[in-house]
This record gives sequence, structure tokens and C-alpha cells, in this order.
Amino acid sequence: MSLLEVEDLRISFPTRQGPVEVVRGVTFSLGRERLGIVGESGSGKSQTGRAILGLTPPPGKATAKRLEFDGIDLRDASAARWRSLRGIRLSMVMQDPKFSLNPVMTIGRQLIEAARRTSSRSESKDRAMAMLEAVQIRDPARVFKAYPHELSGGMGQRAMIAMMLITEPDLLIADEPTSALDVTVQIEVLRILDRLVNERGMGLIFISHDLRLVSSFCDRVLVMYAGQVVEEVKASELKQAQHPYTQGLYNCLPRIEGGQRPLPVLQREAGWAV
Amino acid sequence: MAMIEVSDLHVVFGTSVHAVRGVSFEVAEGESYGIVGESGSGKSTVLRAICGLAPTSSGAVRYDGAALKSPRQADFYRRVQMVFQDPYASLHPRHTIDRVLSEPLAIHGFTDRERRIEQALEDVGLGKGFRFRYPHQLSGGQRQRVAIARALILEPRVLLLDEPTSALDASIQAEVLNLLDRIRTERGLTYILVSHDLAVVAHMCERLLVMQHGKAVEELTRARLQAREATQPYTRDLLLASEGYRPLQDA
Ligand SMILES: Nc1ncnc2c1ncn2[C@@H]1O[C@H](COP(=O)(O)OP(=O)(O)OP(=O)(O)O)[C@@H](O)[C@H]1O
Ligand SMILES: Nc1ncnc2c1ncn2[C@@H]1O[C@H](COP(=O)(O)OP(=O)(O)OP(=O)(O)O)[C@@H](O)[C@H]1O
Ligand SMILES: [Mg+2]
Ligand SMILES: [Mg+2]
Repeated sequence: MSLLEVEDLRISFPTRQGPVEVVRGVTFSLGRERLGIVGESGSGKSQTGRAILGLTPPPGKATAKRLEFDGIDLRDASAARWRSLRGIRLSMVMQDPKFSLNPVMTIGRQLIEAARRTSSRSESKDRAMAMLEAVQIRDPARVFKAYPHELSGGMGQRAMIAMMLITEPDLLIADEPTSALDVTVQIEVLRILDRLVNERGMGLIFISHDLRLVSSFCDRVLVMYAGQVVEEVKASELKQAQHPYTQGLYNCLPRIEGGQRPLPVLQREAGWAV
Repeated sequence: MAMIEVSDLHVVFGTSVHAVRGVSFEVAEGESYGIVGESGSGKSTVLRAICGLAPTSSGAVRYDGAALKSPRQADFYRRVQMVFQDPYASLHPRHTIDRVLSEPLAIHGFTDRERRIEQALEDVGLGKGFRFRYPHQLSGGQRQRVAIARALILEPRVLLLDEPTSALDASIQAEVLNLLDRIRTERGLTYILVSHDLAVVAHMCERLLVMQHGKAVEELTRARLQAREATQPYTRDLLLASEGYRPLQDA
């Protein structure tokens, strides 16, 4: 059975020129798997993720024909219902970790608070420390006591991941979760996610612009362009994707071995956004 | 003569966090120099120390041959601009993009602000429609481009770029890298670029420094990186991990 069903998701923001739709009819379903979402900057990836958690920023409006998590209709979920889901069964690692960490509370306290949603007080501290170790933080005792501004970019990102995983959610939306990590740490973090999917049957939506990572890590990939899903492919076949946007993307990547200078860029065509 | 010279730099936060431990390097005028390394190894701190924004406990930073004093002079910030790693934190949430871009121009007494703002937005591939938006109305990549536009608008001589494209998709990344490349050639700029993406550094930089635990472990030329002639185990791990994710077992 699928864990998440999204049908005809639309998100619009009011502007002076009238409402602008930034997500335009996105439909997909997710099982206990790794689903990648790639796509141009501004194509609506983050807004799609936020809408699933009911976090479309006002005055934006999200509508859908269907938005169902584990059989629960999320479209008109009550505040109480969201409290029992968000941060517990459904979590999101936001693209902007510093924004979503509380700047005046230590990492340790924030982690314990998150852990308390599903564990006892006595267990919470141990779980918090264990989680920091699991995300490969070198000096977990120091980071535990640190405030967000005392961490490097990648440490903040991992603290955020730790916070979202501590309740062992059934569905995790990870928005560019490893973009600030060096590749060796990146791979360790992916292993944690991989294990949660394989062993605990978590469903993962992995939003990333890193094509190599997505194609080697995910099972399936949605390609978004201008608010729509323009293509769905098996991750291992991302290179053979048909849509000209997806094809073009690979050519844009710099290579360690060197290549063209200037790098090829996409010549966008109006016809790509239908 | 070196444009930027960092010698035996140490940075200690508080009493115990020794974030940078004796790092030295030189960057020639017009050169593009990369810094890669482990998360938390002190890369951002080195850039911040160059700008006088980190607690330097010993060592020196020279700019264009002269030792820098703390705090830095106003003119330094016109000549040396930094693009911060975290575009969310570095843009004021209640200032429109227009204000973000016009403020540095006003501070440094530029007159043709209108034209410069339009040009800067165009340079980073953002249309006029973005000019009066607030940061929270932009996607992650759009915000990062605003941060780059803000750094370029003062026509600095040196750009310190901290993960400038890690929030961008491949197509926009290519556009921004091309832009940075072109501007460097046209204006003879000097870059220090921090990135965790070895391919980005190989493309953009003639030489690079590899950092781990606050120390410089190895300096490489682009040619040696491309030939994978790394001597340090950590650099070799980086090269291997750059190839993508491999499921467990063969870890
Ligand atoms: N509050 C808002 N008001 C108006 N437009 C908005 C608002 N928030 C986001 N947008 C617009 O919605 C579009 C989709 O944004 P979203 O953050 O989902 O992009 P994204 O695909 O995640 O991009 P990136 O890869 O750069 O993070 C963008 O064009 C953005 O400018
Ligand atoms: N204001 C601060 N107070 C205390 N410690 C700090 C502060 N800023 C940075 N640090 C510490 O200094 C070390 C180096 O941080 P820095 O941000 O330079 O790392 P980095 O190499 O840029 O890492 P990343 O790739 O994750 O961005 C880290 O251990 C960090 O926790
Ligand atoms: Mg986004
Ligand atoms: Mg950093």
C-alpha cells in the first residue's frame, strides 16, 4: 500500500498581477522507497514538500484533489491531528537549517525536545547524543551544548537531520539535506537514510539538485520544471531521461577531469512548460 | 606579489574551540584558489578571518602586501567582498532585494544605482520581477543569486566565495560559474572559493588547499587533482566519494 498519495497539488501566491501558481497539478504516490525530486531552482520542489506537511507559507494557498498520508486525509486535518503527525510520523529537513533551528536554544535542548515527543524524559538525552553520533558529528558533546550560530554549515545541517530522525518518522521529506556536507560525510548521512528505508520501511522524498547523488541513491526520480512534474524515471536511468531539461542538466555539470569552458547552459524553451 | 597572504593563522572560539590551527597560503592577483575539506574543518572560518570576522588568536593576513588591522577599514570591504555560505542568514528578512542591493551602493557613494542594480540582477539571471520581493518570497537558489549580485555590485578586486553554488541546480550553477569565470577574466579579479564539490573546484580554481581538523593537509594544483595525484588519505577519500553513492557492503 502506498504511504503517500498526492493528486493534482496546486500552490498559488497572490501578487500584484493576480495569483501566481508555482506548483501546477503535481501528482505522485510514494511507497516505502527513496523518491528523488530534481528540477530547476524555483520549479516548486520545496513548496511541494512544505504543502505535504501543511506548511505552505501564508498568504500562499495549497489545494489538491487528494493528499493522503497512510490513509489520513491531510487536506483538512485539524490542529490536533497535525500535532500528532508533524515532527513525529511526518518530518521535513528544511533546505535552510539555520532558519529552522531555534537560535536561542542549544542543539541539545532542541534535540531532547524533539525526542520527548516519542520517548520518556530519561531516555531522551541518551537518544539525543546517540543521534548526533549517528550523523557523524565529530564532537557530539560540544555540539550538544552549542548554539546554532556556533556550528559550521554542515554541522547545522546534520543537527537538523538528527532532529528530524529522532522520532523515527514514517515519512521523511529531506530538502537538499546534504548540500552543505563534504562528500565523505554526505555518504555517511545517506547511509543512515538508506537504513531507515530498508530496515524500518520509512518513505523518503529526497529533494536535491545533485544528479549524481540522486541517480546513485534513489529508486525513482520526479523531474520538475516550472511547477509541474515533466518526467518520472528510474533513478538509475536518469542519464537517459527524455525531457530536454533533464538531458540538458547533465551537460551542465563540471567534471573533475575538466571539460568545456564555459560550461554548457540550458537554452530554455517556452514549450517545456506545458 | 600575493594579493592575499595568510600566514600561520590560528582561530580560537571561546577558550577551547581551536577551529583553525596554523594555516598558511598565498593567492596571487587574478588567481582563483580553492579550499575543500571536511565539514567543520575551518574553511568558512578562514574566509571570515580574512574579513576580520573571526577571533584570530595569532598569525597574519596580508592584502596587497600590507598587513591588515582589526577592525578592517571601510575601503577593505569595498575591495574584498564575501558571499556567505548561508544565504538565508545573510539577507535581511525585512529588506527587499532592491534595498539589499542599493544599501552597499549608498554606503560606498555610488551614484548610478539604478543602472547597477538592474545590471547586477541581470548578471545573475534574475529578472526585474524579483527586484521588489522579500527574501522569503524567493527559492533557495534565487536567494543565493541575490547574495552573489550583492557582492559583485561594488566591483571588488577580491571575492571570497563560500559554497556559492551548493544551493543551486546544475543549470543555474553552470550559469553562475560561467558568470564568475567571465567576470574574473574581464576584471582581473582574485577568488578564494570554498566548495565541497571537487568538480566545481577543479573547474574554477588553478590551485586548491585541502583542510581537515583545522589544518591544511595538502595543497594541489588543478593538474594534479585531475590526475588524482593526491598524497593524503583524506584527499583520496574525497576523490572516491565524489563518484556518487554506493550501497553499504563495499563501504
Ligand atoms: N512567499 C512567496 N511569495 C511569492 N512567490 C514565492 C513565495 N515563496 C516561493 N515563491 C516562488 O515559488 C517558486 C517555487 O519555489 P520553491 O522554493 O518551491 O523552489 P525550489 O524548486 O525549491 O527551488 P530551489 O532549488 O532554488 O530551492 C519560486 O519561483 C519562488 O520564487
Ligand atoms: N561562532 C562560533 N563559536 C564557536 N565555535 C564556532 C563558531 N563558528 C564556528 N565554530 C566552530 O569552528 C569549527 C569550524 O567551523 P567552520 O564553519 O569554519 O567549518 P567549515 O569547514 O566551513 O565547515 P562546513 O563545510 O560544514 O561549512 C567548527 O567546529 C565550528 O563548530
Ligand atoms: Mg528549494
Ligand atoms: Mg562552512
